[in-house]
Amino acid sequence: MKAVMVGATRGMGRALARLLAGRGDALALLGRDPNELLTSSRDLVARGASGPVPTGHLDLAEPAGFEAALDAADRALGSFDALIVTGGDFAPQETLERDTARLARLLEVNFTGTVVLCQQTAERLARRGGGTICAFSSVAGDRARRGNYLYGASKAGLSAYLDGLGLAYADRGVRVVSVRPGFVKTAMTVGLPVPPFAGEPESVARVVLRALDRGKPVVYAPPIWRWVMLVIRLLPRAVMRRARF
Amino acid sequence: MDGLSLETVAGWGRHPVCRAAVARPERLRLPRAGRVLPRGLGRSYGDAAVPASAQSLVLETVRADRILAFEPSTGALTCEAGLSLAEILRVFVPRGWFTPVSPGTKFVTVGGCVASDVHGKNHHRDGSFGGFVGRLVIETADGRLVECGPDRERELFLATVGGMGLTGLITEATIRLKPIETPWMFVETEPAAGLTEMLDRLRHAGKDWPYTVGWIDCLATGSGLGRGIVIRGRHASRGEAPGVPPRENTPRAVPFDGPAWLLSPALMRAFNTAYYRIQCRRTGGRLVSHDAFFYPLDSLRDWNRLYGRHGFLQYQCVVPRAAGAPVLSELLDRLSRAGAASFLAVIKDFGPESDAYLSFPLEGTTLALDLPYRGPATEDLVHLLNATVIRAGGRIYLAKDAATRREDFERMVPRLPEWRRVRDRWDPEHRFGSALSARLLGDES
Repeated sequence: MKAVMVGATRGMGRALARLLAGRGDALALLGRDPNELLTSSRDLVARGASGPVPTGHLDLAEPAGFEAALDAADRALGSFDALIVTGGDFAPQETLERDTARLARLLEVNFTGTVVLCQQTAERLARRGGGTICAFSSVAGDRARRGNYLYGASKAGLSAYLDGLGLAYADRGVRVVSVRPGFVKTAMTVGLPVPPFAGEPESVARVVLRALDRGKPVVYAPPIWRWVMLVIRLLPRAVMRRARF
Repeated sequence: MDGLSLETVAGWGRHPVCRAAVARPERLRLPRAGRVLPRGLGRSYGDAAVPASAQSLVLETVRADRILAFEPSTGALTCEAGLSLAEILRVFVPRGWFTPVSPGTKFVTVGGCVASDVHGKNHHRDGSFGGFVGRLVIETADGRLVECGPDRERELFLATVGGMGLTGLITEATIRLKPIETPWMFVETEPAAGLTEMLDRLRHAGKDWPYTVGWIDCLATGSGLGRGIVIRGRHASRGEAPGVPPRENTPRAVPFDGPAWLLSPALMRAFNTAYYRIQCRRTGGRLVSHDAFFYPLDSLRDWNRLYGRHGFLQYQCVVPRAAGAPVLSELLDRLSRAGAASFLAVIKDFGPESDAYLSFPLEGTTLALDLPYRGPATEDLVHLLNATVIRAGGRIYLAKDAATRREDFERMVPRLPEWRRVRDRWDPEHRFGSALSARLLGDES
């Protein structure tokens, strides 16, 4: 696989990048912090990535720069065949309720930016016969809950988009993998109360890698969240409200 | 800085504990102000990685675990301080490289190995971890990034190796891996009927073997005092090992805290005797995985829970060669008389000490014991053992200690004033501190 990764310097993205590097895939890293990108690039080279791991600037909040970043990645890797977006924004519900500028940025990054990036990449991959797009949504997008519906809304939109993208581009050889992690212990979730079934980045990465290889359209990680969310989706609204869910 | 979570922090011995804010960032950086305690995977037994009070921020390094460079012509590995030996072995054993020095668990970080200047079964030949460190990057108390090593900022380097994280935050290290031909170990065991024989056999094995260690049945008394097994090993050569790597075993977890009867003297005696008998029959050479040879306890995840919820102390001391058998038998005698049974006593020959001020190893013999924690009685036993060690000119291992008194510690470490001077130069306000430094150095908590 020749994969372009957005968000691979941290958390689940870092763990997934290491698995890909470990089996000798070619990688390019896009992101905001040049030092972090360079450090992660060195890590992935040492862990066996095929060739050097080029890095480039991409900010999910600035869609104007996407084409140039994808062009650069294409040049560096020689036509990549996969895009993996693990990057995203997160803030606690209270912060988002209080600070609408913060909210606007989160929506921009998690929905608008990610959708535009995937759309441009899908076109690019379709033109040359196909490839894979993998983006990290969240179980929070499966059903609105009072405690995190703002973040959840951005991910609900993304999940709906990825579903549609998979349907629309299947004929043109583009496979779409929508990952819906449950609670994972990363730097993003430090300080939050840890619910049951919390996962570690490494185990999530292994689940995602398997789905990537098989082109599975929707993957819950850790897998148990598929069943947890099935129950939560089936709960009647009245129960949701009374249980203050 | 990433978010913080309020957690109960303890060492591997589960005593003592302290509640404090813990940060676990992917990129190591000191907060601008306040007290800090760097911590790796938390495998030091005592209070070296436990904060002295809730005022201190615990900065866990485990997510800063990137490999920054590897030079196959020399084996030089540069990495962030949170990289674990387990991960180094996973990545580099298939390429024919091994960590130069390894403690009894691979779940330790490179930063932790430097801070404790860990030793392994090869100390008699290769010395301790610090001897393989070419360069460290340290964020000092004032927020500067300082490079140090044997050839630059040497004092800071010598104070940091074995310095228990009290001189600054180690962010990066360059260490030298050593080449191996196969992932297999060639191992031989032989019984020793008593302490003198044990010491002789260890000495003898150390002449030809890179790795040696002795296991002592510490409940045997009288003429059997010090009886046990000598284990010696080396990395297997290509000719004698199978072409396939050893199978990895998945660690089993200990599901609950051990009940009190598990620690009863009768059961301990039975365990020790049975282990001795079984091992006596397993003489001769055999091939084992490096995991089985170096990290037998890692196959039991959370094995510290076996000691119950009160936890345990581990006591490890070294006595100079000249003091020898009489002092060791005195220590074993005190242990058995106190009825403080130990599942395991490990004995080992050390080579020459290093230049690092607080480094533990000293040319002579080291003894390590597990002591189930039973309150003041256990601490009294530690003081009693310490008295013997001080008289013999020996010292204790800070990575395992949780009970030694300040005045005893000062008598064990002649280079302590030098170390204090260097520490005070780089961290005059003692921003870096732990429960250990409050106890042994008189830091304010």
